[in-house]
Amino acid sequence: MTTATQTPSTPTTVKPAPTGTGAPRDEHVRRRDPFALVRHSLTLTWRNLIKLKHQPEQLIDLTLQPVIFIVMFVYLFGGAIAGSTHDYLQFVLPGILVQTVVFASLGTGVGLCEDVAKGVFDRFRSLPISRYAPLVGAVLGDLCRYFVAIVVVFVFGTAIGFRVQTDALAVLATTGLVLLFAFGMCWIFALLGMTMKNPRSVQGIAMLIGFPLTFGANIFAQTATMPGWLQSWVKVNPVSHLTDACRGLLVGGPVATHVGWVLLWAAVFTAIFAPLTVRAYNRKS
Amino acid sequence: MTYAIQAEGLVKRYGKTTALAGIDLVARQGTVLALLGPNGAGKTTTTRMLATLIRPDAGHATVGGYDIVREAPEVRRQIGLTGQYASVDEEMSGFENLVLLGRLLDLSRADAKARARELLERFQLTDAGGRAPGTYSGGMRRRLDLAASLVGRPSFLYLDEPTTGLDPRSRGDVWDLVRSLVTDEGVTVLLTTQYLDEADQLANDIAVIDHGRVIANGDAAELKAQVGSQSLEIRPAHADRTADTVAIVSELTGLAPDLATNGLITVPVHDPDLLPVVVRRLDEAGIRASELALRMPSLDEVFLELTGHRTQDDAQKEADAA
Repeated sequence: MTTATQTPSTPTTVKPAPTGTGAPRDEHVRRRDPFALVRHSLTLTWRNLIKLKHQPEQLIDLTLQPVIFIVMFVYLFGGAIAGSTHDYLQFVLPGILVQTVVFASLGTGVGLCEDVAKGVFDRFRSLPISRYAPLVGAVLGDLCRYFVAIVVVFVFGTAIGFRVQTDALAVLATTGLVLLFAFGMCWIFALLGMTMKNPRSVQGIAMLIGFPLTFGANIFAQTATMPGWLQSWVKVNPVSHLTDACRGLLVGGPVATHVGWVLLWAAVFTAIFAPLTVRAYNRKS
Repeated sequence: MTYAIQAEGLVKRYGKTTALAGIDLVARQGTVLALLGPNGAGKTTTTRMLATLIRPDAGHATVGGYDIVREAPEVRRQIGLTGQYASVDEEMSGFENLVLLGRLLDLSRADAKARARELLERFQLTDAGGRAPGTYSGGMRRRLDLAASLVGRPSFLYLDEPTTGLDPRSRGDVWDLVRSLVTDEGVTVLLTTQYLDEADQLANDIAVIDHGRVIANGDAAELKAQVGSQSLEIRPAHADRTADTVAIVSELTGLAPDLATNGLITVPVHDPDLLPVVVRRLDEAGIRASELALRMPSLDEVFLELTGHRTQDDAQKEADAA
């Protein structure tokens, strides 16, 4: 082993060829590959979906939870709250759609924290891939999970009598809006997952955030029926805006202002928490 | 002389704790360098640093000629990590884990699958490939870890306590695999271990680490030489001849030998020529020995000599504290 000398066939390398490498140097070309981030992120998205396949209980959790909530609220409380279970279903279903996705986004933080705790992220960090790829992959994979949850809510709701009053385009718009909001929200939980040591603590803290967001909103009851102090929170709660937007889109009513607020909140969450998450991820050292 | 791995004055502090207090290391290409030391000595921090997972607060290091901070992507391209540094995913099958890594290393889908199958076969995991690593035995799990680190055909392999918790047979299997990687493929291995015999078995060079510093360097023989004398061990075949044997040994060495409860007589010797003399005298006295050897000091003794404390004590203390 000697200090490597330049062979004439590799003319203008600035640094001496490294010792102890069997890898061909043409791999430098790959580093410039602009699609690498996309490709690696999609590969890691695939990983997150594979995990869903291997842990069917996760999928059951994802599908059964909204079903239980719908059954419970519609048949248990619906009559008392709205006088008729059928009427209440029309009111509560767009809200449960929102609640389901907010709770599903808690899982993003727990999943990330597990990956860090188990050393899986260290493996990724030791690979020659972009440091953003594991995060993007995790979030994209979770968007697929959220989508499954949305479909479950629509299918089950329709089966027991929920009727979209608008059109298919509005259903698509609702799905897109909910996914967009969930994308923003999940960064809050991703940051928790990156900064906390124990996945169970992440779950605990995420629940503490998730409950006031979903129950302290207009998902289950009209804001007007609540005491003033609660109303003031419910009115600023981003989840309320999303619920109003979904109601407007699905059963009719004002939409534009609420959609505006939702887009703003999603942008704010992403702008604040995505960079913080990336920073926490890079600092894991 | 350029080394495959070269580290100078690596320092890492966590708040007031100094994990590394200036580590200097070199590893020659195609050899095994063992970092030997008790828990908390700084082995893992050093290795994580050389794997670009953490940055040094001071000092610098190169792996394969590339700087671990400025040229981290090039370093990552050349290294394979196992075990505690970089785990396989429990929620995917062994095969899927290997395919995932292949895809992340830019193999095509077909190539990634072929490479995964090849590695599973090589590590005798073909039948287990479809199952999740959670269902594997300790030895299988370690082999999968090793396979995962080899997907990208690394020139450098970092092994973190590769045989901790394995039964002796699996341990031997892992050792054989590591040896074949070094001899057949010229891989440079950085190995951390608490087991002195593991370093002795595998390593060309050993760096003894304690409290974030390298306190000794060299191959196993050199380290043993630092401690000095060898010892002569004799166990008479019949316990009633023990006293006679002790008399002969003390007469020849001028020292009072240690007598263990199992009948093993141990005495330090400085002159290797003493052994034939001892054999002759025992023969003359009609004493048959069931065990008779001139032994190099164990690395455990080396560690005690170098640090003033035993490796096990530290491990025990940490276990007690936890």
